[in-house]
Amino acid sequence: MGGIPHDHYEPKSNAEKWLESRLPVIGLIYGTLMIPTPKNLNWMWIWGIVLAFTLVLQIATGVVLVMHYTPHVEMAFSSVEHCMRDVNSCHMIRYFHMNGASLFFVAVYAHMFRGLYYGSYKAPREVTWIIGMLIFLLMMATGFLGYVLPWGQMSFHGTAVITGLFGAIPFIGESLQTWLLGASAVGQPALNRFFSLHYLLPFVIAALVIVHIWAFHTTGNNNPTGVEVRRGSKEEAEKDTLPFWPYFVIKDLFALSVILTVFVAIVGFMPNFLGHPDNYIEANALVTPAHIVPEWYFLPFYAILRAFDNTVWVVIFAEWISFGIIDAKFFGVLAMFGAIAVMALVPWLDTSSTRSGRYRPMFKWWFAILCVDFIVLMWAGAMPAEGIYPIIALIGATYWFAYFLVILPLLGVIEKPMTPPATIEDDFNAHYGQTAASDNSAASPAE
Amino acid sequence: MSTAEDDHTTRRDFIYYATAGAGAVITGASVWPLVNQMNPSADVLALASIRQDVSAVEPGMQLTVLWQGKPVFIRHRTGSEIAEAQAQDAEAAEFIDGFARNENLEATADASDANRVMPSPEGEADGAWIVQMGVCTHLGCVPLGDGAGDFGGWFCPCHGSHYDLAGRIRKGPAPENLPVPPARWVDATTIELG
Repeated sequence: MGGIPHDHYEPKSNAEKWLESRLPVIGLIYGTLMIPTPKNLNWMWIWGIVLAFTLVLQIATGVVLVMHYTPHVEMAFSSVEHCMRDVNSCHMIRYFHMNGASLFFVAVYAHMFRGLYYGSYKAPREVTWIIGMLIFLLMMATGFLGYVLPWGQMSFHGTAVITGLFGAIPFIGESLQTWLLGASAVGQPALNRFFSLHYLLPFVIAALVIVHIWAFHTTGNNNPTGVEVRRGSKEEAEKDTLPFWPYFVIKDLFALSVILTVFVAIVGFMPNFLGHPDNYIEANALVTPAHIVPEWYFLPFYAILRAFDNTVWVVIFAEWISFGIIDAKFFGVLAMFGAIAVMALVPWLDTSSTRSGRYRPMFKWWFAILCVDFIVLMWAGAMPAEGIYPIIALIGATYWFAYFLVILPLLGVIEKPMTPPATIEDDFNAHYGQTAASDNSAASPAE
Repeated sequence: MSTAEDDHTTRRDFIYYATAGAGAVITGASVWPLVNQMNPSADVLALASIRQDVSAVEPGMQLTVLWQGKPVFIRHRTGSEIAEAQAQDAEAAEFIDGFARNENLEATADASDANRVMPSPEGEADGAWIVQMGVCTHLGCVPLGDGAGDFGGWFCPCHGSHYDLAGRIRKGPAPENLPVPPARWVDATTIELG
């Protein structure tokens, strides 16, 4: 794999030659681990490994939890409590799984905003970006499906709200919602199938992760300068890169150990901090919790969903122009999915020829506002839908769309970018000086 | 693509189309059961109607019962509630949803209080009983009752929809009035739903 010139695996022993001529699996692993990686990657390039680790963590803990779980409306809640109280170590395994979902989303948001700042989505990495967005959608689906399984109050009424999103689609919505739930309301059929899908989707994610890695191993990694690795010859490429193993693996593992220290502290000392107490009350169809909110990682998009009610002019206009087919409810759903769709389309919305935000003086500020906007939306999504909060959410949602649909396309035209360094080697030397750089071309992978 | 005039059409072309057509039909026929199994099963559909004794529901009280997996609000309104709900009829111009959404009436019935309530049993004031689905028409949360919200009726805590004393949506993201399910008096103290 890979367009950057590099060493290939040569089988040495007879056993290796025997296997390699039948199934080139060692060569595949060698090529993946030894991929030439830009040597100027900064600390924002560690999240991929964190995400890979978290996926394995979630699958491993999830498989174990299933051994103690019963997907039945009468028994689901008590089977989870049984796991928490009676099964050896199960309380910790469950807390790791619960908080693992949060770690997953912390890492994926950092990973995505890294990509947005350094222009990792731009040609030729659009396919990597699109597959990443598919993984993000599947992660959200999996997170939601898993949250239903303990069959607490938030699980139950959250399901009613989220499947209600599909019910808002004109004409087919109601039958679609009934089809998803297997009944006219949330109940046993929904719980059973959500369990099945919650087990399935992580493996789909794992498959897409392999495609994601395949795609960016073909184009090569982006890097903080956005300058491509020189590909004229192997010697030239080696001035810009270092092999992934051991240099970046060790760096990533160090970062992972720091992150896991914080993670384990949260799991150990405040495992329910990110959850909602209402979900420790068994599901009751007759009472909705006073303040229903999704998990923190859905809040920015939830805020966008709620922001567009029938007092907003654009909603009124959409309803009028579509002869009432797009009502306020459907508009909110469109806005929520649209907020993700505009992000997926960013490779074609960003018109700037300069890849990295580091060399885009105006872009930097708009991007900083986008980061603040994301936090503000998250906060507004957690607040009740009354008073000033819907207005804040509306402003936040407007900026979100404006950033992708107006600001990015215009900036490419009106902004005068600075000149990035000619090569990655220049950028590296500017940071670390000539001495560090001089012996780099001689660096061998196995030292 | 072959046409009638095309003298290159061969027996082999016909076999290609026939095979592709048969393949498409077989694929569809195999996939459809996998999709259709997710629709409501026979036992779920069989939960058609229930009877509810409401003799203990005094004026000013609300009973919430589960029907087809969804909550149904049965409210016994007081005289002042009836008067206020009928007074709210005057604000019809501001209604978000102008239809009664009452399955016991025509679909075109307007959203007046009289079209939303149940016919009263003998000896009770008109509009004393209102029966409606306890499911917010926005995204399906269960609204809070007993005078909650800005219009004295119900308030959905999820996304802030306000319903008045006749269950009509007055403010917030919900698009429709709370639906009135098929309901009738079996005797003076028993309501049948469905």
